[in-house]
Amino acid sequence: MGNQATVSIKEQNKSAASSLLKKNIRKFLNNKLAVLGLLVVVIMLVACVVGAIIGVDFSTPHLDQMKSAPSGTYLFGTDTIGRDLLSRVLIGGCYSIFIGVFCAVVSSVIGAALGAVAGYFGGKVDAVIVRISELFQAFPQLVLVMMLVAILNQRGLGNLLFIFVVTGWMTTFRMVRNEYMSLKNETYVKVCEAFGMSRSNVMFKQILPNVMSPIIVSTTTNVAYFILQEASLSFIGLGVQDSTPTWGNILNAAKSLQVVTESWWIWVFPGLAITLFVLAINFLGDGLRDVLDAKQQ
Amino acid sequence: MSESKEMIFQVRGLKTWFPITKGMFKKVVGHVKAVDDVSLDVYRGETLGIVGESGCGKSTLGKTMMMLERATGGQVMFNYGGEFRDITKFNAREMFEFRRKVQMVFQDPYSALNPQKKIYTSFEEPLKVHGIKSEAEREAVMQKVLKMVNIQPDYLMRYPHEFSGGQRQRLCIARALEVMPEVLICDEPVSALDVSIQAQVLNLMKDIQKELNLTYLFIAHDLSVVQYMSDRIVVMYLGKIVEIADSRALYDEPLHPYTRALLSAIPVPDIHNTKKRQVLEGEVPSPIHKPSGCAFHNRCPHCMEICKSVDPAIVHHGAEGHMVACHLYQQEGAPAAAAAEA
Repeated sequence: MGNQATVSIKEQNKSAASSLLKKNIRKFLNNKLAVLGLLVVVIMLVACVVGAIIGVDFSTPHLDQMKSAPSGTYLFGTDTIGRDLLSRVLIGGCYSIFIGVFCAVVSSVIGAALGAVAGYFGGKVDAVIVRISELFQAFPQLVLVMMLVAILNQRGLGNLLFIFVVTGWMTTFRMVRNEYMSLKNETYVKVCEAFGMSRSNVMFKQILPNVMSPIIVSTTTNVAYFILQEASLSFIGLGVQDSTPTWGNILNAAKSLQVVTESWWIWVFPGLAITLFVLAINFLGDGLRDVLDAKQQ
Repeated sequence: MSESKEMIFQVRGLKTWFPITKGMFKKVVGHVKAVDDVSLDVYRGETLGIVGESGCGKSTLGKTMMMLERATGGQVMFNYGGEFRDITKFNAREMFEFRRKVQMVFQDPYSALNPQKKIYTSFEEPLKVHGIKSEAEREAVMQKVLKMVNIQPDYLMRYPHEFSGGQRQRLCIARALEVMPEVLICDEPVSALDVSIQAQVLNLMKDIQKELNLTYLFIAHDLSVVQYMSDRIVVMYLGKIVEIADSRALYDEPLHPYTRALLSAIPVPDIHNTKKRQVLEGEVPSPIHKPSGCAFHNRCPHCMEICKSVDPAIVHHGAEGHMVACHLYQQEGAPAAAAAEA
């Protein structure tokens, strides 16, 4: 009886799982804005990655071609020292998106882990972790960036990633903590405790799947947030090194009034890239929220 | 009741108090005495009903008896093949082993199954945790318990939201049975269900009990349900036991004024029955500030002077195994009791 049952149950398993996935995909496809968002994100990502793979030249200055307007040779024109803007926007996209995704994922992981522990255990553990998060929150990001630049005596990608992760995990932390505080009183958690399951099992295998969808959604929107953060820090000159192109760094050239008024292409294209990508990510996040929210199913 | 009368649980002076804290330094300013000095015995194979109104501590008592709540004081002795061991003193390892002996069915079947997991996963995990390594063995156990609750095995692949309340509660019962427990603590297992489904689930539980010689601790506020299920009944009021009796005896001859009031509240489906409803006055006092003396004295129709100052001990009265905590019955044949019954 056991063997036969195993076979039938396994087969059922596959069909049931795929049907749920199909249902979710269909639901997602119904949301036109989200599909558009996904499309834009994918296209921009592919363009940037392809640009990086075929090795477009983004760093050689053509001193005879400074600030030339968009043309056949330079689709997006050239910047203040004659570098091809299209290649800079593509390679800058790689850096910007990497910064956004990396920081969003790492800060979500840290926030989720601490939030799970704080929310599930409660009491003193919770109080200590909440105080720590408040400490980080109270510290202004800008000052932290400047401090790190001063201490390490250099600007760089590593600085930025570190600062973003350190100052960025608190929103996820608070959200996950609240979810855990309410979910730990659910009956199924009590059932697991009654079966003698370990705390880590209950925390990460039982409760976490129920918190996963808000975490995924907030991670997605955090990508957009970190890209914007990077752009603004680079714009004021505290971001990555000048030689590394990011969307914000390219915009940095537009600090001079002359560029803003006379060479529109230098700031319009990177600005457009940021706006499009951030908007698309936000649409995508909204679509995911609709699909993943179990309460709506 | 089981003929052998082998004791399986022996609860002595059990207390579950929840501290009330105040201020920044969490100073303890008082306690909610959810379970306050409860002693009772549970025999193998019987159904012990626990009744009382909301907030009287019956659920907390059930949870404390399987250490889902930490006991503040007292002992809960469990029969390990003749040897009684105090589960309140168990370490993690012993507690884990104890989890196979006593299982619980919870009140709300709608949140008792993890909504993100297939029933199969929810059923598989407890078996994995308790060391059944092979998948074939696990599935054999699942098949067996599902058969007991009349649910087809291929339903295992579904998600909880695809089931009705009655089906979910049956699934919960099946899952609790997976580890082959000796005692099943049922915390209002049918109160969230439709009346028509209640009977179905209750009958199923009775059948399973017969088949497996299970012991039930049946917690409910619905007296007719408890009467139907139980061999013996414990009546609780504000964290204390006020009366213990055989099911029949309790209904035929309730002793404690509180029990009488509870019983008079059962609707009788007979238009000629003009039994007078005995309505209790006032509210249930807060379990934080319990009345002095007998906790029931401010609502009791037979309140005497002694009730206001002295907490009555629980004593035998009348039929065998009938115990009551009331000053009316403190001495056999006391005039007070006679007067009250007249």
